[in-house]
Amino acid sequence: MSKQENIGPPDYRVVGRHGIFPSTDHDETERYNFLAHLNRHLAEGVMPGVAQAYAARVEPAFVARQGRPPSHRHEVRKALLEDPMFQTWSALRRNTMEMRQQAGRSVVLGQLDELMERTKSLLREGQLQLKDDFEVPKHLSAVDHHCMPGSYYEELVPHDISGAANYDSGMFVTTGGALGRFTDGGGHGVVRYLRRNFPNFAPQRILDIGCGLGHNVLPIAAAFPESKVIAVDAAAPMLRYGAARATSMGVDNITFVQADVAELGEYADASFDWIQSTMFLHETSYKALKRIMRETRRLIAPGGLVLHIEQPTYSKDMPVFEQAMRDWDAFYNNEPFWTKLHEISLDEYMLEAGFRSEELIHGKVAAVVDQDLFPSTEDDEVEDFGRKPAWEITGARVAA
Amino acid sequence: MSKAPEIDAISLAGAKAKGKRPYFFADPDVERVLSITMAVAGELAVLRQRLDTIESLLAERGSISRDDIDAFVPNEEETRARSRWYQEYLARILRIVQQERESLSRADEITSEEAGDRLAED
Repeated sequence: MSKQENIGPPDYRVVGRHGIFPSTDHDETERYNFLAHLNRHLAEGVMPGVAQAYAARVEPAFVARQGRPPSHRHEVRKALLEDPMFQTWSALRRNTMEMRQQAGRSVVLGQLDELMERTKSLLREGQLQLKDDFEVPKHLSAVDHHCMPGSYYEELVPHDISGAANYDSGMFVTTGGALGRFTDGGGHGVVRYLRRNFPNFAPQRILDIGCGLGHNVLPIAAAFPESKVIAVDAAAPMLRYGAARATSMGVDNITFVQADVAELGEYADASFDWIQSTMFLHETSYKALKRIMRETRRLIAPGGLVLHIEQPTYSKDMPVFEQAMRDWDAFYNNEPFWTKLHEISLDEYMLEAGFRSEELIHGKVAAVVDQDLFPSTEDDEVEDFGRKPAWEITGARVAA
Repeated sequence: MSKAPEIDAISLAGAKAKGKRPYFFADPDVERVLSITMAVAGELAVLRQRLDTIESLLAERGSISRDDIDAFVPNEEETRARSRWYQEYLARILRIVQQERESLSRADEITSEEAGDRLAED
């Protein structure tokens, strides 16, 4: 039996290039290709060794010491920290994240003037609402998320977009292209979910919270071109870049607004038919989450739909080893709230905010990407815990 | 046309993310050397692909410019070959990790010294 050829992650040259996408020369492209291959190698060739080491020596040593197997993911993680295979994989993975940041920032900072000029020329009147005295929420400022220097919000120069451009430029590398050429497979997945499960839903007013640079809200806005979309985020560079990117991609029904999504007093009660968050709640806090749920309940119109897309919850059926591996980003890639989100029930938070139990909905979403260029997520056997583009929905269809 | 203020792109590109960095090896010196080694490995890969690009272009048209290199798009066969090269390259430089992984399923292996001692007893 011949092994099917492993074609590896797609070459960076197939990435989707919109009007303000940073250009890359030959060597910058190959630096990205190297990192995408390194990520793939770590997931395929090294991470399975961590599972083997866990079974062969980490768990047995724990049992010998404690007289029982580990019962919680934190016990597993602490035991793994002592193991050379976990140390090697973790050190390489962390280092690869840092290399990717340097590579992307180098690409962007070398052409920042031009990118900022192009951003300016693409922005349309009223498309962008920034606040001069905006204070970055505490849940964003403790550490730089996923080792991205300056996080989403730092401005190296006035009207900066460099952080956003770097984020956009390198996502294809970190995900091995699994979110599609424009890193928008999540948004397309949400639209597909909606069409299948709520085929008659025709929202007029859509709110996307924690929109970032709009990767996921663009397919949503494009799917409902008659709707008016408000995309909210705390980070000005992401919003500037996101607005210009939307224009260049021909999406003109989104207003990008700078605000703390836990305090949206500028919008009246029942202002939106659909409130959406995509891979955002894990970058908040318990306190912010409570306020976000309350604001969401206040802002949703009768008959409206709330959808929160997040990483799969750690169910009781999920082995503690897998939970510990999925937790890696929380501890070693500056996603501090990622693990905390798994300690609580989003359902309970929603109920506490005033949603009724019969209104709650649950489902699953997988990235929808170009199948010619990328393998289907469902078929892809390479498991890179916490990075796989398949998520869970927690939401509500409120009474009409 | 307003220009952005001058920035030090080199040091800013390599800036540290906020948050204390985790070190995984007992000796942080090991981690520092690994990090430097992987960066050099990355640059070597870039150089090799540049050479491959030049070879492809020369084979096709005999003479090339720098712009040709940046504009180069490998065809399907070349893309697969370059992808295969990356996979083989990483397997080569991270061989020790692969071998440590393989040793996990061979817990009963003995050293050559031990084997020698046993052979002497045969």
